[in-house]
Amino acid sequence: MSLIVKARNIVYEYIRRDDDGNVEGIETALDQVDLDVKEGDFVAILGANGSGKSTLAKHINALLKPENGTLLVDGKDTLDDNETLAIRQTAGMVFQNPDNQIIASVVEEDVGFGPENIGIPTDEIWTRVEKSLRSVGMYHYRHHSPNRLSGGQKQRVAIAGVMAMKPKCIILDEPTAMLDPVGRQEVLSAVRELNEKNGITVILITHYMEETVHANRIFVMESGKVIMQGTPREIFSRVEELKEHHLTVPQVTELAWELKKAGLSLPDGILTKEELITALCQLSSTN
Amino acid sequence: MSIIVNELNYIYNPGTAMEVQALRDINLEISDGEFIGIIGHTGSGKSTLIQHLNGLIRATSGGIFYNGADIYDEGYDLRTLRTKVGLVFQYPEHQLFETTVMADVCYGPKNQGLDEKEAMLRAVASLNAVHFPEKHFYDSPFELSGGQKRRVAIAGVLAMNPEVLILDEPTAGLDPQGRDEILEMVSDLRRTQHITVILVSHSMEDVARYVDRLIVMNGGGIMYDDTPQAVFAHYKELEEVGLMAPQVTYVMHALAEAGIPVETGATTVAEAKDEIVRVLC
Ligand SMILES: Nc1ncnc2c1ncn2[C@@H]1O[C@H](COP(=O)(O)OP(=O)(O)OP(=O)(O)O)[C@@H](O)[C@H]1O
Ligand SMILES: Nc1ncnc2c1ncn2[C@@H]1O[C@H](COP(=O)(O)OP(=O)(O)OP(=O)(O)O)[C@@H](O)[C@H]1O
Ligand SMILES: [Mg+2]
Ligand SMILES: [Mg+2]
Repeated sequence: MSLIVKARNIVYEYIRRDDDGNVEGIETALDQVDLDVKEGDFVAILGANGSGKSTLAKHINALLKPENGTLLVDGKDTLDDNETLAIRQTAGMVFQNPDNQIIASVVEEDVGFGPENIGIPTDEIWTRVEKSLRSVGMYHYRHHSPNRLSGGQKQRVAIAGVMAMKPKCIILDEPTAMLDPVGRQEVLSAVRELNEKNGITVILITHYMEETVHANRIFVMESGKVIMQGTPREIFSRVEELKEHHLTVPQVTELAWELKKAGLSLPDGILTKEELITALCQLSSTN
Repeated sequence: MSIIVNELNYIYNPGTAMEVQALRDINLEISDGEFIGIIGHTGSGKSTLIQHLNGLIRATSGGIFYNGADIYDEGYDLRTLRTKVGLVFQYPEHQLFETTVMADVCYGPKNQGLDEKEAMLRAVASLNAVHFPEKHFYDSPFELSGGQKRRVAIAGVLAMNPEVLILDEPTAGLDPQGRDEILEMVSDLRRTQHITVILVSHSMEDVARYVDRLIVMNGGGIMYDDTPQAVFAHYKELEEVGLMAPQVTYVMHALAEAGIPVETGATTVAEAKDEIVRVLC
């Protein structure tokens, strides 16, 4: 399978200047990052505050360009200005705050805004709007005002807006941080469905460990570097190491880990409620 | 000493097409030193309610009494109320405005009349309390990562030494360690300084772990007001209003249904572990 994101040694520094334009400080936000994401994968990026996740996300969308190293998105070099538009259509972004992403006063117009902006013919726009709203389960709300929707619904409209650009890849930067538990679940299942049914590559940045248990691969960042990568089971078996990097494990994994420490013989790497319940029932029947 | 909310109603944009009744008939009594959680679906009225408590929003009808005084009385000093009832906003961007982090955190204490040096001491102590990295003290608050901004916003309110600390989604955007650090710190402050803490949160795990009393909002009204254990026992009803119980509560219920004789009341990892160990070991 081909790589949709291929980063080699990318470096990015934020330069802080005082009022006179003199350099006050340099923050290396990305420090020789290598990253491979296969087309169709669902990957998650974890890491402490300030570790460089959003900076990396903005590179994949060509909002920022590496100062060193190369970044290919679907084979296109983000340093090539002629490719910028094409890259933004390939890789769409969804941010944390649903309110800041809504532009129009009717849901369907909001979703059609992107395609209209790049000159897609009207007929085609409406087909896309319908399809994207259906794919996130919001078609029923097409005539509603986005302001009247719940946070989870707004965020799904924002995702539909990105979908209408027909991206191959969608990057979500903490899309559920402001949502209630049900809204969080709605957004996640919408994203999983896009990945599984439409083959869209998903890059999910989150501070909620539970949201990453279905990912194919997890990358962990610290101080601008990717310091761990693996499947969720591999990553979340390293409980103590994760804690050193300001992270944790899903609540059920933590419970399983505590139960093991207390002497129960449970398998390693339990990630979901269902797995823990099955393991505990087995244990209880052999007792 | 307490906050009393009496028959509170609030309507945004009354008399226009955009009219929204955000709060309906809210009655509450909050005693000194309580640790209260508020949960509810997006748009249920949580942020609107807490902005009433420090006088930022004025009720459409009903009253609020702070330590026995009616805050809507003519001549009531709302400015002082705002320093006693400190509110950390849901979106830190709404709260940051100075050119450096230090100036931002000093703003509150200076407004309270402290001199430059005292304000600085308070600012440094608060920034340390939220584990904000020293190397960014003199950077612009707008050139920080999301979680770093959040920490600065919290420090700005802490620096005023409030009697009541209200945090609107303080851990949204914080990494797991930051989440624990902030909540532990708030919990400590409450114990040592006897302040009242009100925590608005979408994390059922966090409220289960920290608060003693949990208020559930639904469509502008109060649906439950009880201990976290009692509230999360209604997990099926909570799911209908956008909420859930902590993951471990579901595990306990599933085990009980599978015939393992566990009590289902656990809402934290520690409680669940003790109960499972009690039954299975
Ligand atoms: N506009 C900016 N100007 C200067 N420095 C910045 C800017 N944005 C971010 N930084 C710095 O770059 C580093 C990486 O920031 P980034 O936003 O990528 O982190 P993050 O991993 O997304 O963090 P969070 O989990 O808090 O969102 C941080 O140290 C931050 O202070
Ligand atoms: N400035 C405003 N103008 C008009 N309506 C508003 C305004 N602010 C909030 N509302 C509406 O009032 C209701 C309550 O909103 P509020 O922000 O208090 O909810 P919340 O429980 O804090 O939600 P969230 O979990 O998303 O933060 C919602 O229907 C919201 O759309
Ligand atoms: Mg970020
Ligand atoms: Mg709110």
